[in-house]
Amino acid sequence: MDYFFELFLGGLTRGSIYALIALGYTMVYGIIELINFAHGEIYMIGAFTALIVSSVLAFAGMSGPSVLFLAASVAIIYSAAYGFTVEKIAYKPLRQAPRLSPLISAIGMSIFLQNYVMLAQTSDFLPFPSLLPELPFLESYGLKIGSSEFIILVTTAVSMVLLMLLIKFTKMGKAMRATAQDRNMAMLVGVDVNRTISYTFIIGSILAAIGGVLIASHIGRINFYIGFIAGIKAFTAAVLGGIGSIPGAVLGAFILGWTESFATGYVSSDYEDVFAFVLLVLILIIRPSGLLGRSTVQKV
Amino acid sequence: MMEPLLDVKELTMDFGGLRALDKVSLQVLPGEIVALIGPNGAGKTTFFNCITGIYKPTGGNVFVTPPGKKQRRISGMKTHRVTAQGMARTFQNIRLFPEMTVLENVMIGRHCRSRAGVLGAIFRDRATRREEKDIVDKSYAILEKMGLAGEVNELAKNLPYGAQRRLEIARAMATTPFLLLLDEPAAGMNPRETDVLEELIRRICTEENIAVLMIEHDMRIVMSISSRIYVLDYGKMIASGTAPEILANPVVIKAYLGEEDVDVPAS
Amino acid sequence: MNAFAQIRQSLIIALWFMFITFPVLVVRVNTIEKVVEWRWLNMIYVGIGSFLISFVWRYFLERKAQGGKEDTHPAPATATEKPFMQRLMAEPRLYRPFLIVLSLFGLAFPFLPFASTYQINIVTNALLYIMLGLGLNIVVGLAGLLHLGYVAFYAVGAYSYALLYYHFGIGFWVALPIGALFAAIFGIILGFPVLRLRGDYLAIVTLGFAEITRLVLENWNGFSFGPSGIAGIPRPGLFGMEMDLHQGTIYIYFLMIALCLFTIFVVNRLQNSRIGRAWVALREDEVACEAMGVDPTTAKLTAFALGSTWAGLAGVVFAAKTTFVNPASFTFLESAMILSIVVLGGMGSIVGVIIGAFILILLPEYLRAFSEYRMLLFGMIMVVMMIFRPQGIIVGIRQIYEFKKVAAKEGNRQ
Ligand SMILES: Nc1ncnc2c1ncn2[C@@H]1O[C@H](COP(=O)(O)OP(=O)(O)OP(=O)(O)O)[C@@H](O)[C@H]1O
Ligand SMILES: [Mg+2]
Repeated sequence: MDYFFELFLGGLTRGSIYALIALGYTMVYGIIELINFAHGEIYMIGAFTALIVSSVLAFAGMSGPSVLFLAASVAIIYSAAYGFTVEKIAYKPLRQAPRLSPLISAIGMSIFLQNYVMLAQTSDFLPFPSLLPELPFLESYGLKIGSSEFIILVTTAVSMVLLMLLIKFTKMGKAMRATAQDRNMAMLVGVDVNRTISYTFIIGSILAAIGGVLIASHIGRINFYIGFIAGIKAFTAAVLGGIGSIPGAVLGAFILGWTESFATGYVSSDYEDVFAFVLLVLILIIRPSGLLGRSTVQKV
Repeated sequence: MMEPLLDVKELTMDFGGLRALDKVSLQVLPGEIVALIGPNGAGKTTFFNCITGIYKPTGGNVFVTPPGKKQRRISGMKTHRVTAQGMARTFQNIRLFPEMTVLENVMIGRHCRSRAGVLGAIFRDRATRREEKDIVDKSYAILEKMGLAGEVNELAKNLPYGAQRRLEIARAMATTPFLLLLDEPAAGMNPRETDVLEELIRRICTEENIAVLMIEHDMRIVMSISSRIYVLDYGKMIASGTAPEILANPVVIKAYLGEEDVDVPAS
Repeated sequence: MNAFAQIRQSLIIALWFMFITFPVLVVRVNTIEKVVEWRWLNMIYVGIGSFLISFVWRYFLERKAQGGKEDTHPAPATATEKPFMQRLMAEPRLYRPFLIVLSLFGLAFPFLPFASTYQINIVTNALLYIMLGLGLNIVVGLAGLLHLGYVAFYAVGAYSYALLYYHFGIGFWVALPIGALFAAIFGIILGFPVLRLRGDYLAIVTLGFAEITRLVLENWNGFSFGPSGIAGIPRPGLFGMEMDLHQGTIYIYFLMIALCLFTIFVVNRLQNSRIGRAWVALREDEVACEAMGVDPTTAKLTAFALGSTWAGLAGVVFAAKTTFVNPASFTFLESAMILSIVVLGGMGSIVGVIIGAFILILLPEYLRAFSEYRMLLFGMIMVVMMIFRPQGIIVGIRQIYEFKKVAAKEGNRQ
């Protein structure tokens, strides 16, 4: 039973991270119908920035929660800046192009960013400092949960709630929903579509950066390649839940997290990444619109 | 009575909460040119998309009776199978293959009437060569009829607008249909081009013996060419009949002009 | 825009890029010795670089926007207006001598004084990529399906030969069709469920599939011998003749030339056939294509299976050429490389893919300093080509049909 609970918790933690990344995919897909292959790289850049900032601060003798705060803030700013810039360079000029073009551009951007970080930094794994504080009260309450897991869960939950509020109640959120539904119509009623798309990328990137910092300090090491696999998995989560649907992405992420956690725990850990893929293909065969996605009819 | 070529029975289409088509029935008899009219957003294009299998209708049935064959149900069939049955269409917003030549665009129409596979393509055996020649000749003949023979090797995207519309019709004709579905063929054409088009559609009907079902907003061509007219409004078929009947029908006038102007006669 | 505004905008862009590249390009932390390396020079390079590039970028974007407008008012394209390369390729009188010189060079190359075993190997490698590029070109260039896992089928071919030899002692010539067949079967199995779906799912599924294939090869020791791979695969034989290394290399070179010619022949026949036209139409507009009676699933599956077949063929040759296979040869980067060859050369253009392969494979070989940056370059090529020249260096030309009556008609008009 303990083992089960451990796996359950592991799945929940994984799922939280996938959810944070998957939201970026699903929001961008919802608004411009593009698989933003470079999104995983934004997450990786967030983690790298946090590593760089926290190391510089640590070498300068700083420690404690202020390092976490500074590292996370800078990571978020930089991820947002990269997300914004990637959209402007690689996708915006291709809004009217045939579907294949932005997709190829996206995959190119992903390769570019990976190699940019690899060449400028290193291709080796770097140790990531454990920035997340220890929470002794967990044990004193008898909770069998590690403090970093706890922080990941809470941070994810808070981010989701904030995102929901933002989308439901702010003007920008309304503009995003309008643009997702019908871009031309939104333009006609006065929504600044370019700005809305930029915001979508920025918000997605911020969530990815949060995920990047959390997982990096949880696992304790990163390299330039972490975004690639995480990206495929988060995308799988988004498709599983129904691409374009925000609650769907979260649901899909948790299902994927548990699937992986239990499968590696009870079946085999060598094939960790295989399970996600099998799940993806199965869902595409059985229910291509995903669990919560509505099957829309493409207008002809 | 003649078997109708196309027999649509109580076709219904829902998009989420929106009922775009509500129990729409329609028939096309051999040799007819039938017009389907209605205000913007009435559901005309949706009707075409449903009977050609591009959308899956929520309810109702569609039957076709190819000349000399037995009636068969085509609702639920995939689009390419519907085309193979002998019903070909054009699109309201022109959908040619822009990077292919004019001739190749039409040759695509012959796809479902030919058979060569990968091995045939690689080895170019006698049968494949003969088939290929047949495709080219038939396509060229159609282009000649449509007045596009001078542009065979031009890329489709380089054609002027009116010619693109004609090319779409040519492409559909290449599938040797018994019924041609035209979605606003005269849209964006000037009166002279429209006249040419009208003549063309007439010839298709009489010379090639292809019946035509046409969505059109240009009342001049609708009234002069159609044997019968159906009127769609908010997804409901509100009237059908010959041109004079439709012009005199108060329900149609109301649908077109709105509530207030009921008694203004249609010009 | 006036000059001042231009400069101001470029300055802003330069500052922006200096800002965003700061942590990654300027700072490098050494976590072992706990020192920070500050590379301020990089910041200056980025500033100057992005300042200059932004002008070029804007210029080309504007030109593209204007070009788009011209397209809607088409001018009748006369032969003289067409770009030089197009004219060259359309006109047998022009390209024939060129082709003859090229084939003579191709035949003589291994015997030229500077052609060491190493040199021949590099060119053979480029030829291998031509074959891969042309195979992928069927899927991406003609049928418009974004295939990001091409390398998986390449691996299937390579491992087919390696394992068939290992277990049954099967030789190259028998393994060649078997490897191709296996790859095709894999392609159909993967393609069948996915090809019915929206195009972008294919991209992610193929990408995932390639990762899985590699992971399985890496982890399933009993089947594929894990990361260490399989060594001692024999080179192709020639009627049991004994060949030393150099002779063997020359033999594989000619074998590769033959396979490339075969590929070109097949792809060329395919693209102007009933099936090939259906692929292009599918790429151009899937809805219209289906409405014209083409079964999209069959057409896609055919393209996908054929593309996989070619990857399988190339895989067998690869195994024979290197006499060794391991999973490290089949990473995503390999797929990306083949895709950039197609994208750079020109989707749907045979000549384009050949040129693309030579540029992307030979350039990093000869410019060693450059080779470190090759993946960076491939990524950049994909983005830049899509934005400024989606059709690639060489535009795929469609077949011209001659009709006597056309000439007469045009004559009448003038
Ligand atoms: N794929 C779709 N998803 C959701 N709604 C749709 C879809 N296709 C059509 N509709 C809706 O169905 C209704 C009918 O549209 P349709 O295009 O059939 O009208 P139409 O009669 O062809 O109009 P027009 O004369 O402007 O072409 C419209 O309200 C439209 O928004
Ligand atoms: Mg319409």
